[in-house]
Amino acid sequence: MAWTKKILRVDLTKGTCKSEPLNMEWAQQYLGQRGLATKYFVEEVDPKVDPLSPANKMIMATGPLTGTPASTGGRYSVITKGPLTGAIACSNSGGYFGAELKFAGWDMVVFEGKSAKPVYLSIEDDKVELRDAAHLWGKTTWQTEEIIKKSHQDPQTRVCSIGRAGENGVLFSCIVNDLHRAAGRSGVGAVMGSKNLKAVAVRGTSGTATIKDPKAFMAATVAAKKVLADNAVTGQGLPKYGTQVLMNVINEMGALPTRNAKEVQFEGARNISGEAMHEKRPTDGKANLVTNNACFGCTIACGRISQVDKNHWSVVNNPKYWGASGGLEYEAAWALGAAAGVDDLDALTVANMMCNEDGMDPITFGATIGAAMELYTLGALTKEQIGIEAPFNSAQAVVEMTRMTAEGRGFGKELGLGSKRLTAKYGHPDLSMSVKGQEFPAYDPRGIQGMGLTYATSNRGACHLRSYTVASEVLGIPVKTDPLVTDGKAGLVIAFQDATAVFDSAGICIFTSFAWSLADVQPQLAAACEGDWSMEKLALVGERIWNMERQFNNAAGFTAKDDDLPKRMKTEAAKTGPAKGLVSGIDKMLPEYYKARGWTTGGVPEKETLARLGL
Amino acid sequence: MQKSLYIDANKCTGCLQCEMACSYENYGIFNTAKSRIKIFDFEHEGRKVPYTCTQCAEAWCLNACPVEAISIDAATGAKVINESTCVGCKVCTIACPFGTVNYVADTGKVQKCDLCGGDPACATACPTGAITFVDSDWTGFDKMRAWAGKTDNAARASA
Repeated sequence: MAWTKKILRVDLTKGTCKSEPLNMEWAQQYLGQRGLATKYFVEEVDPKVDPLSPANKMIMATGPLTGTPASTGGRYSVITKGPLTGAIACSNSGGYFGAELKFAGWDMVVFEGKSAKPVYLSIEDDKVELRDAAHLWGKTTWQTEEIIKKSHQDPQTRVCSIGRAGENGVLFSCIVNDLHRAAGRSGVGAVMGSKNLKAVAVRGTSGTATIKDPKAFMAATVAAKKVLADNAVTGQGLPKYGTQVLMNVINEMGALPTRNAKEVQFEGARNISGEAMHEKRPTDGKANLVTNNACFGCTIACGRISQVDKNHWSVVNNPKYWGASGGLEYEAAWALGAAAGVDDLDALTVANMMCNEDGMDPITFGATIGAAMELYTLGALTKEQIGIEAPFNSAQAVVEMTRMTAEGRGFGKELGLGSKRLTAKYGHPDLSMSVKGQEFPAYDPRGIQGMGLTYATSNRGACHLRSYTVASEVLGIPVKTDPLVTDGKAGLVIAFQDATAVFDSAGICIFTSFAWSLADVQPQLAAACEGDWSMEKLALVGERIWNMERQFNNAAGFTAKDDDLPKRMKTEAAKTGPAKGLVSGIDKMLPEYYKARGWTTGGVPEKETLARLGL
Repeated sequence: MQKSLYIDANKCTGCLQCEMACSYENYGIFNTAKSRIKIFDFEHEGRKVPYTCTQCAEAWCLNACPVEAISIDAATGAKVINESTCVGCKVCTIACPFGTVNYVADTGKVQKCDLCGGDPACATACPTGAITFVDSDWTGFDKMRAWAGKTDNAARASA
């Protein structure tokens, strides 16, 4: 029973905080974190709710393995209805915040209503209160964290907060914890901002004492850690290069969407790769990468800590960016870099720091910059409208657009709406590289066919982390499949989607799945949690979670026609590389996927499917 | 052979596995707040540093204790708190130059690293080798070897 069995319900309208017992019947069906919080959410919230209205709720949830020595056991998720998409949002973050929340004795926190004025939630174990945040409003996430730690006189307090982007309703704003970890996607930060909730500060001294069989649990976690250490990806590639290990690999495969996906290979990829982060700069003789970094409990340590050249044009008068801070992950390096055609490593590092500082999802944001640059190239947007020249390949434009969006100034307000709304407003809706309003990340569906189906069917809008078939199609995990064909991809995507839902509900990081299968997670869960946690049950739980999310989206108004890719992916063939001449085969894969899911041709779960899953 | 904890901060990633192992070993709970080893994060320098008691030979804490609640474990050399004797006066926490003895309000006693009786859980749990338990007389051995490896033999080879 690795759950604390307690949830905290915070009514921001009334200003009340109360403890409730966790619904253990649901915990047995939905495990924790993503699954369990989504169950609470769909039971309590109307699918048609306006995401930025007080009637929307937002849940911060840990999993049963959060706050334990299970490797990567420090995750938490934010579940709400996303303003970027109008779909279920489920954003997962590492760092230390999640474990601290668990140590304070809470499985999850449900936020409802809207505060009349800015507040933050202070949690010190059982002592919970809403406090005035007038002095924090308008501050960045970095300032907010510093001010709270100082005023609490407790440097061991962990903080998650929104920056100015979340306050300003940037539709891809995120919730940042521990300075540079983020519940990143779908605009969960804007939901938090709409509730006048600036931050959550948590200090937990109670610990996790509720492991069912501690001895068996320790044995299971030690065995599973060895699997991670012995694996080439989790034991070597990720610690050394981070997720940036992929930049050159994906570029060579011809699957690196470049300049708003007009191309699939980027001539500057080498300059913004994980390898480049290790190389000494000619200007100051130092490398971009200072060290790697682990989240709570993580024995992989893929995080990047970077430092830019103090004399780089982007920071020369700005000492706050001179220190070491969160560096580029692959998706951010792609989005702010390749998607805009920019290969200035330090400029991208600084733009990424700004995204952390004010809480913006660099994936959606970078893709939005790419779209804006294409509009500029077409003459649909002008220098006068944007305030600066914004051609592809301009590092200056990327940094300046980041600043204006973070601060909510001028054209930054329009960039803050994401590429779907931006391209529609300026007459070119097809130029948004998004699904359900959310931009797809760094894997081109023409060069990695399974990712097209992944994006099209992802319940939170386009995303790589719902079913990372790259593992199979590129790295051969668990088996190598051909990235250029559509055959078999429906089954592959489903298997990844269901397994991922379990990882995301357990309290661990999905990056473990480069080395772990469910068979490695199962013994850890079985030793930690009361009840039956067999492989069969876990598979069913994953499928149940996926279908529950789908039902919410269907009830919110999504239909099969929303399970589609941008026109460019279906009509403009890859120009170079191994995928040259190919478009996405989404139209072939989607019906196969619906059938294999037990859904109608309209994408609705069949009665028998729902009955089998107990939905 | 007497052994000591040896800390190589350059290898620390900040995962806190050591802190969880410490609290589990001593209190049967996963709770970093109860850990006797702490990881300090100098975030603007990109440095994480594990820190705990180094088991001084002439231990200030032991000499300062008015009730002789701190004694030397003959087998490990660890300075160990006898909780039943400790009166919670906190003088040892003042005497320790490094801050590694701390008061625990819940118990009214102090706590410090006792090397887990000779098999420190933190060192076992550390995934990167930042915390190791090595021969006390040769804590510098690995560092010496690393530098030895960089010593240039080229002059002799070409002579």
